[in-house]
Amino acid sequence: MRLNVTVNGRAEAVDDVWEGESLLYVLRERLGLPGSKNACEQGECGSCTVYLDGVPVCACLVAAGQAEGRAVRTVEGLAEGDRLDPVQEAFVEAGAVQCGFCTPGLLVQAHDLIERNPRPSDAEIREALAGNLCRCTGYEKILDAVRLAAARKAGAA
Amino acid sequence: MDFIRATTWVDALAAKAAQPGAVPIQGGTDVMVEINFDVRRPPALLDLTPVAELAEWSERDGVLRIGAGVTYARLIAELGDRLPGLAQASRTVGSSQIRNRGTVGGNLGAASPAGDAHPPLLAGDAVIEAESAARGVRMIPAAEFYLGVKRNALAPDELIRAVHVRPAAGPQYFAKVGTRNAMVIAVCSVAVALHPGERRVGTGVGSAAPTPLRAAEAEEYLAAELDWDSGLPAPVAARFGELVSAAASPIDDVRGTAAYRRHALAVLARRTLTWAWNDYRKAAERCA
Repeated sequence: MRLNVTVNGRAEAVDDVWEGESLLYVLRERLGLPGSKNACEQGECGSCTVYLDGVPVCACLVAAGQAEGRAVRTVEGLAEGDRLDPVQEAFVEAGAVQCGFCTPGLLVQAHDLIERNPRPSDAEIREALAGNLCRCTGYEKILDAVRLAAARKAGAA
Repeated sequence: MDFIRATTWVDALAAKAAQPGAVPIQGGTDVMVEINFDVRRPPALLDLTPVAELAEWSERDGVLRIGAGVTYARLIAELGDRLPGLAQASRTVGSSQIRNRGTVGGNLGAASPAGDAHPPLLAGDAVIEAESAARGVRMIPAAEFYLGVKRNALAPDELIRAVHVRPAAGPQYFAKVGTRNAMVIAVCSVAVALHPGERRVGTGVGSAAPTPLRAAEAEEYLAAELDWDSGLPAPVAARFGELVSAAASPIDDVRGTAAYRRHALAVLARRTLTWAWNDYRKAAERCA
């Protein structure tokens, strides 16, 4: 089937989409956007988190056809040109990235948290990121990065 | 495989009648896992997310009608005050990303014994509104909806339209045992709902039998024993816990043993009843 979907602001028409495939597969394999990672394929790890009509979801659990006519924003759509989003900058500065596999999902989820809640408490950060697994960092530097990004965004506003 | 996009409820019912093997999909948090892992290859997916009315809820004549497409995230945000038990259960579903997509309608459709929405729906006397193109609307009490492991009372041509439930008339609690706070399929769970007007306590038990269930004997025991104008005697709470546990028929599986579940159910039931009772007495004393 054909899928019409807007990805990172660009209207895409994707052909030969299998009816049972996920939005994640479309993004990675058909649109060449490998930022969203494919790990658990069951919504456990959060590494495929993308915005679907402005709401963070696991792309592996969205049937491709369900994205018809909708807007998707992936980790590739967070930066403006060469300028990283403050959440991305904070992850780099805080050392919140080790192997990097979970990072794209964490970035989208943390980005959403700070948009909705500019001054999140530690408990709120943990709750928001509870569905994003990282096996390298032990999460401490990820929490540092989210705190830093939130403080910067709040300061800039 | 076909992919059917229903844009109206009438279209959805017609599609389900024409292709009863089509699997309805809302948040996809169960259906897509099965497809991704090649556990299930349905002849068709019936996408209900474009059906706008499914994502709405309303309140009329003292009853909430919650569309099958209302997500857990919205349920928590918009109905948490009126349905505290269901909202507590919703907060324990998966992660934020899962709650943004998953729906109570999907929980009912999947009818997993471990589904978190079921115990509070049972405790709150919820009624499921099912509909088919051929026979119209059918109202199914939650207690009659779950027939077996992942089997519900829907006919092949029926879809879930909504859940009907009264806003809480008294305190409600949900408690669940799992290995951590997020991303946990219940080892077992208990919901209680106080119905002070009827001098009755509703119960729901999850993940401890082939279906979610009400603990009927435990409810009858409380209806006979509770003095609604005084404190909750510890032996009554303990006996209630035992009866809730006795209502279950748990198994040993990867998440826990039957013996552990029996023990945990008694503890959760005693605790949730105590929390609810304390809230109720506090409110009653404030009014007095």
